[in-house]
Amino acid sequence: MHNALFHISKRRELPWYSAWGIRGAAIVLALVVCAIVTALATGLNPLAVYGTMFQGAFGTTRRVWILLQNLAILLCISLAVTPAFKMRFWNIGAEGQVLIGGLATAACMILLGGKLPNGLLILIMLLAAVAAGAVWAMIPAIFKARWNTNETLFTLMMNYVATQLVAFFVIVWESPKGSGKIGIINQNTEAGWLPQLAGQKYLLNIVVVAVLTVAMYVYLNYTKHGYEISVVGESERTARYVGVKVGRVIIRTLCLSGAVCGIAGLLLVGGTDHTVTTSIADGRGFTAVMVSWLAKFNPIGMVFASFLIVFLGRGASEISTIYGLNHSFGDILTGIILFFIIGSEFFITYRLSFRKKEV
Amino acid sequence: MKKLASAILAATLAVGLFAGCGGSAGTSSGSASSSTGSTSNSSSTTTTTTTGGATEGSTPAAAADLKVGFICLHDENSTYDLNFINSAKAACATLGIPESNYFIRTNIPETAACYDAAAELADAGCAYIFADSFGHEDYMIQAAKEFPNVQFAHATGTRAHTEGLSNYHNAFASIYDGRYLAGIAAGLKLKEMIDAGEFTAEEAKMGYVGAYTYAEVISGYTSFYLGAKSIVPEVTMDVTFTGSWYDETAEKEGANNLINAGCKLISQHADSMGAPTACESAGIPDVSYNGSTVDACPNTFIVSSRIDWAPYFEYSIGAVMRGESFDTDWCGSLETGSVALTAVNEKAAAPGTQEAIDAARAELIAGTRHVFDVSTFTVNGEHLDTFAPGAATDGTFDPSTPIVYDGYLHESDYRSAPYLDITIDGINLLDTRF
Repeated sequence: MHNALFHISKRRELPWYSAWGIRGAAIVLALVVCAIVTALATGLNPLAVYGTMFQGAFGTTRRVWILLQNLAILLCISLAVTPAFKMRFWNIGAEGQVLIGGLATAACMILLGGKLPNGLLILIMLLAAVAAGAVWAMIPAIFKARWNTNETLFTLMMNYVATQLVAFFVIVWESPKGSGKIGIINQNTEAGWLPQLAGQKYLLNIVVVAVLTVAMYVYLNYTKHGYEISVVGESERTARYVGVKVGRVIIRTLCLSGAVCGIAGLLLVGGTDHTVTTSIADGRGFTAVMVSWLAKFNPIGMVFASFLIVFLGRGASEISTIYGLNHSFGDILTGIILFFIIGSEFFITYRLSFRKKEV
Repeated sequence: MKKLASAILAATLAVGLFAGCGGSAGTSSGSASSSTGSTSNSSSTTTTTTTGGATEGSTPAAAADLKVGFICLHDENSTYDLNFINSAKAACATLGIPESNYFIRTNIPETAACYDAAAELADAGCAYIFADSFGHEDYMIQAAKEFPNVQFAHATGTRAHTEGLSNYHNAFASIYDGRYLAGIAAGLKLKEMIDAGEFTAEEAKMGYVGAYTYAEVISGYTSFYLGAKSIVPEVTMDVTFTGSWYDETAEKEGANNLINAGCKLISQHADSMGAPTACESAGIPDVSYNGSTVDACPNTFIVSSRIDWAPYFEYSIGAVMRGESFDTDWCGSLETGSVALTAVNEKAAAPGTQEAIDAARAELIAGTRHVFDVSTFTVNGEHLDTFAPGAATDGTFDPSTPIVYDGYLHESDYRSAPYLDITIDGINLLDTRF
């Protein structure tokens, strides 16, 4: 019998400094690999490329605001999917839940804009967005709770339904006719536009998401609901045994999950873009899944994970502009970095033991 | 066994790595040579523009320090955006703007991201910012209001002439002339196939893959159809819509459906390679748009019309350079060089195509022939004498504007963005849901 070259065993809990040491090493390694790829593939100086990425993310005050705004939206969606994931309910329908929340917001702005006082309109938009997102998430939850349907497929397919609904209403409300776009809603009256805090376009979104982050942290860690979620996540049978009404927890949690997605839709449509398109969520409903997992469902960790992803995206966009490279090159670098970071979690959880030399 | 497997694995990885390097090394050397090309270009032209600036007397931005920005919906993989990118680079080279002073932002969606991109370019010191996609317009106007000292220009938009902003501009071109000429090439190809006995004139049906039921698309396919009809009077055309400006799968599928429904020739107004490649694999001739697709489709590509944006960029950026104002709503034409046709692919086109195009082109320029000559087409069996475009409903068009007179429909004379949006006889819309 041949001995395996190495074998893998689960580690005991690593002290925090070793875990972060491994993560730091992974980032350094990722940067080295990216530098080699950059130098070989483009002939550019990798350090200059990294400098440009920083410029793209932090170069001006406006860029910092844009970075924070993008971070806020991604974080908001990541917070939304987390309670469901913690419960081992694979909600990959955030994209659709954000879209439907955005669609509800846009509907209020278009149909009620100018007919109601702005404060009341915004309140209705909030209720509509939250309700729409919650309903969109609750439908698969009810099916799961009642008939144990597969939630991964169900939530995924709800995304397509939402996308098609948005596409349909874009045609209904398009302006000018035939153009396939709604354009900025109420550009002259600004009816239904969320107010600006301190004259800053993006500050309101950032504040709302900051509050949500803390609230979600408290909800998951210090409330009875949060505890029930982790019990159901650990084992449904145990949960049932100790008297948790599993079906009710599933529906309630998904309701919350969808509602927060609805808020993300509201912030996008009412707060920044003031329009709705099928691409308004821009894949962030799926990126959020990665953020949530990278942060191991810890809302505070998600701040860093979202920051990393948004930073890489903004930086990648800048290097494609400055060096005239295709956008895909930035995506390649992002992919390498994420690969190493996700890979490092493997080494934090498991130990590789190499075969000792036989003398 | 294990060792062998790992050796093979290592070898594949190594080969893959080197293959990757080889490919990209090619592109990098290409871009390096292009950059040196434009630097030498700029040094030669900077002198001319500075002397030009000196005669102006004021303090216009010299070529060396004028910064300009371009916002593109997609990147160079889209034929539409590639056309803008090439024109922008060419115009900057002509004007002597060095590569470090113009910024091309690609993959900017039609959302607040467009406003952000415009604002960032303004922050970076750009005096002129251009956006290429229709849906960018609202966000460009938003930015124009916030940066009154920056000139904003937008292709295909409709709002500049009614918005009342001195620093916001629209531009387009009478691309219907180009479509018409491309239609003549299509007609000649059909005629060749009819003469060869492949099908009868009554069976001569063309297919067209459009994006939306939007005036720009309708005006485009109508002029294309009229061009073909001027050669084969019996020709008909089926039109399908994809509901997206760029959806390679939908465009390919649309073209295949048209081919299966018996269309003998395909053209398209959507921006991916979907329709041209579908034609190449089915062996059906294709009249392309936005630029030549001959490299990917050597056997079926006939000709392509496109808007050459370089004349507009040279005109508008040149004006900014000299500190002058420029048109709020500009419409390029065959004369300005904005409406261009690619070289005819002799392999696929009927003989005499180039000559026929040249002759018709001369007549269009001379004004002795008009694309929308109302005697050449009917709507519900009748010749048009008045026409109120649907564009009138969007507030950027005065519905009382007379459009049909002197025997033809005056497209793009009252607003650069097309407004012809009726279905003429002989054109059959397969779906109108977009």
